[in-house]
Amino acid sequence: MSFWSQTYEIARVDLTVERRLGDTLRIVLPFAVVALLVFPLTLGVDLTAISRLGPAVFWAIGILFGMQVALRQAAHDDQERRDLYALLGVDPAARFVGRTISGSVLMAGFFAVLLVAMLVLYSPRLPDGWLSPVALSSILVAIGLTELGTLAGEVTAGLHNRTALASLIVAPLALPLVIGASQTLEALARDTGILPWILVLVATDLALAVAGVGLARPLEEASR
Amino acid sequence: MDRLIDLDQIGVSLGGLPVLRGIDLSVGPGDSLGVNGPNGVGKTTLLRVLATLLAPATGSGSILGASLGTPEVYALRSRIGLLSHRPSVIPELTLAENLRHAASLSGVDTGKAETALRVVGLDGVASRRAGASSFGMLRRTEVARLLITAPRILLLDEPFTGLDVEAQELIGALVTRTTSAGGAVVIVSHDSDHLAFHTNRLLSMSLGRLEQKS
Repeated sequence: MSFWSQTYEIARVDLTVERRLGDTLRIVLPFAVVALLVFPLTLGVDLTAISRLGPAVFWAIGILFGMQVALRQAAHDDQERRDLYALLGVDPAARFVGRTISGSVLMAGFFAVLLVAMLVLYSPRLPDGWLSPVALSSILVAIGLTELGTLAGEVTAGLHNRTALASLIVAPLALPLVIGASQTLEALARDTGILPWILVLVATDLALAVAGVGLARPLEEASR
Repeated sequence: MDRLIDLDQIGVSLGGLPVLRGIDLSVGPGDSLGVNGPNGVGKTTLLRVLATLLAPATGSGSILGASLGTPEVYALRSRIGLLSHRPSVIPELTLAENLRHAASLSGVDTGKAETALRVVGLDGVASRRAGASSFGMLRRTEVARLLITAPRILLLDEPFTGLDVEAQELIGALVTRTTSAGGAVVIVSHDSDHLAFHTNRLLSMSLGRLEQKS
């Protein structure tokens, strides 16, 4: 079976499992929206401050809760399933790419709902033409965060407390994504050009993709 | 190929403790080998070495002509079938979906999944989620998967545990089908009666060493 056929099959089944489990939709997303709702309460009635902080809070909460979405596969990925995939002849790189695709689709949907919630709750004053850059940076962050989560899941496979360990790996490595995403909107507001920050996100995604595909096989073999 | 499995002085340590010591083993086409021994003597570890999922620390060997512990074995893994003592299924998928998924990933016509489900007697419960199915049903699903993928080397870890007579006969049929097609079968179990019935050669295992069954 070709690499891309395996990739498609892994992504398709991953999304089917997610649709049935509802981890992202029924657990992570509602808590993320609640976190968005609670934050303004700590600022009292200062509507200007709330409005100004909206985009920053969106990215902070998006990345923190997005980590849970990115790491959800690690929670379900046991040794038996890994062995089964190996003996079915699945290329570990195809598994990485397939999971990145399904995770990115989920994560992009997660960011879309969170963005709407932020707009409603914070009424931020956004610069003209904000939608396309925010959508683009959200998609790039979704891809990068999913790659990081999948990679961290592979690095910690077979270890005790892998979910906690994987979070510790993802959090610091997500910094370029946080900075790139938040600065895109800042640059738009200051009219200084968003291209450098979009390039930061693209470069991070590409570096993680190369690392994920290149390390997939060695990490799988080392996990046994 | 004279030998499908050929091990020479294989040793494996897990967590610093030796689990397999000086294992010599040859299995040819059409052979079915039984390995008997109590829990904890290294039977499952031996199967994982044979499945190329665990590289030996010492010794050398080959599976289907590829040297153990080298990248050569990656391409051969799809010709090895393993029935481990914990079922390898995705709980959120139905039994039929699990089979179609395995067929699809191994490049086999997914239509064969329905036929295989009928053969193992699961056609009436094919739409049941794996997570809500009994151990026996999951075992039958795995037998159906091995029927679809038709591996050259079949490795069975305690395959008779927890199964009714009909399901045990399915395992027997799978063994016969594999050996008749020129493949090799290795079964590890603490149940020597079943092993004697389903295999043509029997070894015993004790503290990580293989011995001729007396």
